Amino acid sequence: MASITLEGLKKTYSGDVQAVKGIDLAIEDGEFVVLVGPSGCGKSTLLRMVAGLETITDGTLKIGDRVVNNLEPAERDIAMVFQNYALYPHMTVYNNLAYGLKNRGFKKAAIEERVRKAAKMLEIEEYLSRKPRNLSGGQRQRVAMGRALVREPAAFLFDEPLSNLDAKLRVQMRVEIKQLQRRLKTTSLYVTHDQLEAMTLGDRLVVLNGGRIEQVGTPMEIYARPASMFVAGFIGSPAMNMVPIEYLSSHGAGELLADLPARTDIIGIRPDDMRLTPPATPHLVVESTLELYEAAGAESHLYVRLSESDQPTVIRVSGQPPVKEGETLRFYVAREALHPFNGDTGKRTG
Amino acid sequence: MVENRPFLNILTHLVLILGVLVVAFPVYVAFIASTHEPGAFVRGVMPLLPGENMWATYSQMLGSGWQVAGAPPVWLMLANSTIMALTIAIGKIAISILSAFAIVYFRFPFRMLAFWIIFITLMLPVEVRIIPTYAVVADLGMLNSYAGLTLPLIASATATFLFRQFFMTVPEELMEASRVDGAGPMKFFKDILLPVSITNIAALFVIMFIYGWVQYLWPLLVTTDEDFYTIVLGIKRLMASSDRVPAWNLIMATVTLAMVPPVLVVLLMQKLFVKGLTETEK
Repeated sequence: MASITLEGLKKTYSGDVQAVKGIDLAIEDGEFVVLVGPSGCGKSTLLRMVAGLETITDGTLKIGDRVVNNLEPAERDIAMVFQNYALYPHMTVYNNLAYGLKNRGFKKAAIEERVRKAAKMLEIEEYLSRKPRNLSGGQRQRVAMGRALVREPAAFLFDEPLSNLDAKLRVQMRVEIKQLQRRLKTTSLYVTHDQLEAMTLGDRLVVLNGGRIEQVGTPMEIYARPASMFVAGFIGSPAMNMVPIEYLSSHGAGELLADLPARTDIIGIRPDDMRLTPPATPHLVVESTLELYEAAGAESHLYVRLSESDQPTVIRVSGQPPVKEGETLRFYVAREALHPFNGDTGKRTG
Repeated sequence: MVENRPFLNILTHLVLILGVLVVAFPVYVAFIASTHEPGAFVRGVMPLLPGENMWATYSQMLGSGWQVAGAPPVWLMLANSTIMALTIAIGKIAISILSAFAIVYFRFPFRMLAFWIIFITLMLPVEVRIIPTYAVVADLGMLNSYAGLTLPLIASATATFLFRQFFMTVPEELMEASRVDGAGPMKFFKDILLPVSITNIAALFVIMFIYGWVQYLWPLLVTTDEDFYTIVLGIKRLMASSDRVPAWNLIMATVTLAMVPPVLVVLLMQKLFVKGLTETEK
């Protein structure tokens, strides 16, 4: 087990395409860090640089106290779980798990012991003599994890390991990965584009955009106080509503917004912070027309359009409120639930 | 698409049977001819049932050959052809799988140039460049040798191209996973890539074996010594007698014997062969 330190890590492809534009990040020993961002944000490239599958153009990468910039993946003492599992199709599950150990010159008995142990932990003992093609998606996923597990590496690297699973299995495996990491306390770096996966798995999230870090923090920190409009829109589902400040101040909220920093021109409001009943604290009131009612079991999504504006907005409420499409709705937002942003820089202002 | 109507069933079977007859009948006639005495075949009415001469004919051809026509015993020619076909098939696969491995998995300067140079040899088979190739082989002193028979035919792009296409469909993560697992390039080749390609290798082996087996022009040029005659060459020599009645029974016996090894190869490798052409285990 070890910490991972990234200092000014850069990746430039031929033709001056900068995929990763200088990343500083310190991952503590035993920490579960999730890299999250839209496709093309450089998160996978960054992970592969840590793994040693991509060369590092500039910067320093340390695993533990060792600079590993120019080491082969095998020498970095990391294990990786791939998106498509990358199991060796011609080998049995047992040999898939054992292959890395064999290459490292482990004795037969030691290999056997470790493989059994990992198989037991992942409950794949009964499949050890099967080939990957005779396994289901979830089972393959376990084998892929087992292959990382048996090595007892300094760090686990996960490259969107759940994206090939169906929704139900994904939730189940997510929980298992979390539990496993808790138990083993192995430093883990996990890449995903799924914000829910990121929120639930990570001790800390790193939100990436265009090869740069947008924000680093615990999931709740990021959710409660997104540092930019990008983060605000990416974390949380449905995405945060962005309303121009002129609209709000010209619709009776002027006083309430007066103490916001001057640069603020956009107000972010989470769909769950829009209430149909007024709160006791200072709040603003907005009128809108309900365009689409989406009932989703325990909660409902109301797609509305603000009155005298064509601003589409989403409201999330629990249960099924007795409202109809086409109806005019009045909703209330507490003052402290407003997220002030500057539209030009995209940054949070206060 | 799959319909199940009796009329269609009968029709498709009829077409199939007709096809089989068209292909198989000449083979059958060849075999029948080899079991009769020499004159039976040219008498006007072709016999359609086996004669009594079978053992005599086959033992003569296998044992001593037909010296009058300058044909060595068939077993020797069969052995030569087998050696030649096997060497070509194995040599081709070995060389091309390695070069495809280099082209697909390594980034070296002029990689694509190397690939295209290999590729254009597709347009220049031995038949096109037969004189220069002959000159090279002769200068190297490889006339009348197995090396001379096989080496020029081993060097070709088809197999390299096929393996390249196959390797490009093998997920890159497999290579990356093996790197993380501590396997170097050659270990990856041996432990992962080779086993994954096994069906393709088998399919290619069958095709290349038959390609080597039916070679005629090249062996004709480089062999003057009877000891290196291949079976296809032998058949031609048996027939090329202008001042003699061709001994059809002997010729057809040789033809029948010449068919046996390729048929065996196809039959034995059929399962892998079909698998290699239709599915890939990835």
